[in-house]
Amino acid sequence: MDGLDRFLTTFFNARIFARYLPDMLAGVWTTIWLAAAVIALGLSLGLLLACLRAYGWRLANFFIICFADMGRALPPLVLILIIYFGLPGLGLRVPGPLVLILVLGTVLAAFAEEIFWAGLTSVPKGQWEAGRATGLGFTQTLVQIALPQAARLALPPLVNRVLAISKMTALGSVIGVSEILSVASTAQSFTGSAAPLTMGAIAYVIVFLPLVVLTRLLERRFAWKV
Amino acid sequence: MQDFIRLFFNLEVMAQTLPLLMQGLWMTAKLCAAVIGLGLVGGLFLALGALSHRRWLRWPAFALIDFLRALPPLVLLIFIYSGLPFAGLAISPFAAVAVAFFLNNSAYYAEIYRAGIQSVPTGQTEAARACGLTTGQTLAHVVLPQAVRNVLPDLLSNTVEVVKLTSLASVVSLAELLYSANMARSLTYNASPLVLAALVYLVLLWPLVRLVSRYQRRLAA
Amino acid sequence: MSRPMLEIVALEKSFGDLKVLRDINLRVATGEMVFVIGPSGSGKSTMLRCCNRLEEPTSGAILIDGKDIVGCSSSALNRMRLEVGMVFQGFHLYPHMNVVANVMLAQIKALKRPKDEARERALAMLDRVGLRHRAETMPTQLSGGQQQRVAIARALALDPKVMLFDEPTSALDPELVGSVLAVMKDLKDSGMTMLVVSHEMGFAREAADRVVFMDGGLVVEEGPPEQIFANPKAERTQAFLSRVRA
Ligand SMILES: Nc1ncnc2c1ncn2[C@@H]1O[C@H](COP(=O)(O)OP(=O)(O)OP(=O)(O)O)[C@@H](O)[C@H]1O
Ligand SMILES: [Mg+2]
Repeated sequence: MDGLDRFLTTFFNARIFARYLPDMLAGVWTTIWLAAAVIALGLSLGLLLACLRAYGWRLANFFIICFADMGRALPPLVLILIIYFGLPGLGLRVPGPLVLILVLGTVLAAFAEEIFWAGLTSVPKGQWEAGRATGLGFTQTLVQIALPQAARLALPPLVNRVLAISKMTALGSVIGVSEILSVASTAQSFTGSAAPLTMGAIAYVIVFLPLVVLTRLLERRFAWKV
Repeated sequence: MQDFIRLFFNLEVMAQTLPLLMQGLWMTAKLCAAVIGLGLVGGLFLALGALSHRRWLRWPAFALIDFLRALPPLVLLIFIYSGLPFAGLAISPFAAVAVAFFLNNSAYYAEIYRAGIQSVPTGQTEAARACGLTTGQTLAHVVLPQAVRNVLPDLLSNTVEVVKLTSLASVVSLAELLYSANMARSLTYNASPLVLAALVYLVLLWPLVRLVSRYQRRLAA
Repeated sequence: MSRPMLEIVALEKSFGDLKVLRDINLRVATGEMVFVIGPSGSGKSTMLRCCNRLEEPTSGAILIDGKDIVGCSSSALNRMRLEVGMVFQGFHLYPHMNVVANVMLAQIKALKRPKDEARERALAMLDRVGLRHRAETMPTQLSGGQQQRVAIARALALDPKVMLFDEPTSALDPELVGSVLAVMKDLKDSGMTMLVVSHEMGFAREAADRVVFMDGGLVVEEGPPEQIFANPKAERTQAFLSRVRA
């Protein structure tokens, strides 16, 4: 019983929970707006690049493919450290949150471009031809006919990727962005207790579980479609 | 421009710190081996749990998978590395990283296996069972080989993610590639070691990323 | 009649509230070929699948050579399934193994035959269905009729006492049906006990010993093929046959 008691006060200390609740709520808010910014930047840039790629300009496509490959091959933390610690040497100090949004947004854009593109390539050729045959221009066919179909296919993998990359906002703790994990770590070193870490973990699960549930719902909806 | 090259692409600094980085790369390799190996096995068991007819197996498996998918791997790592000592469980950085990422990746591999197993038509299982094979034999010889083949691109792409993920081990001072590079950066006041680390990751992972894209396109066709 | 090789006694099967089989009784003597016909949804596949417990019967008994397969433990079940060969409408060959490996797998894993012996047996069975020369081919490169013959060889290699066929030719192009039926005829002539769900009436007339007409989860009528096809007694049989012929 004693052991359990100690375990509970170590990991679930109500007093510490109460004391750090306001800080934690601020951290949650930071995590949420950071994630929102990352998603907005990543999805719009990814979509734009995928559409651009559909025009089939050789040189542009070469750069788009390089961008997508590098974004998918490089660990985000490497990019974060290069920008955060490297640029000040050039007299350019980029604030932590901005570094995080730029890097994660770019990485998400790389993945999103590939996913949208895979969706676009799986739209049957007949659909394109039907669009062109009914007098639509290339851009009109792309936007009105191909994209809606591609988006349906892209949705489930896209949500999975959005979830994975939004979670990476926890990397902000490495460069002093006070999101959930940094609040928890700071509180942990102040209090000498593991309770703030538990609190942080709970906060993350509360914030991101809805996205996990969304992936499940999408999976069920699309289960009979493929 | 010259400053830029001096600070980011300084060949001299790169050459100087290369041995340190190679040591780090070796640690990264060991970490990857541990996490990928454990994750592939753990993921399989989680997937089998999630596909079980028994509710008491299926629900906990799904709950665990979804919990692990909602929790950022870095949070899990910090919790295990800094939190467990409070419970009297001191743990080495390597073990902490291996356990944290094993848990995290088991959930991801489990989802991939599950999709793969579900993609094998039930007729295959029935034919094997009708021939007198046991459940285990049917799984091992008939279902899994087909399942794995069907989700090979996803398995591969998750494995790329594992390699990238191990860079987070630098946060708990495990001397893998990124930690070594960052260490070298603070010693030389120069970002070139970080750029060099990025190049190493790129050389290792670019071919795999290309392969994933190629594969996925072939499947779509 | 001597002791039947396959005997279905008071078999019932429900899916939830849906009663698919109600009190089925059927005996198949050693070496006999029995044809089962009936409208879609009448429970033919379900009955067949109960015979090796791919479907769990709700109640009743199914005796294979005198042993009940319904009550037996799961380890005994795997052994008994070896005695019941099954051929599916959709072939279900393992696409990741070549033809001969398909025929060898259960011999090695379930019968514990040594590899060499299993291979020899597999080749002999492939020879029997006329496909020995395709032993190293992947299943997807075969025509439907060839795939179905490999599936038959796969079942035969386990030395079953009874063979069950669930519409073995209905997924085939018409010109490929004959080759499969020829193999079945050959099997019948060699003394195999066979229970066949199929609407190949011509073949039934020529090869079947008995025809059973099922409807609504019941055996409505049974008898020799000539009688069932020429002078069916039950009204439902008449209606079904006139629909099929039309
Ligand atoms: N797994 C199942 N769950 C629920 N209902 C089922 C299941 N399998 C079969 N049924 C139902 O049982 C009934 C009998 O099906 P069965 O497949 O045995 O018919 P059948 O005589 O073989 O028909 P067909 O000629 O179309 O193959 C049908 O109404 C079917 O919908
Ligand atoms: Mg049927």
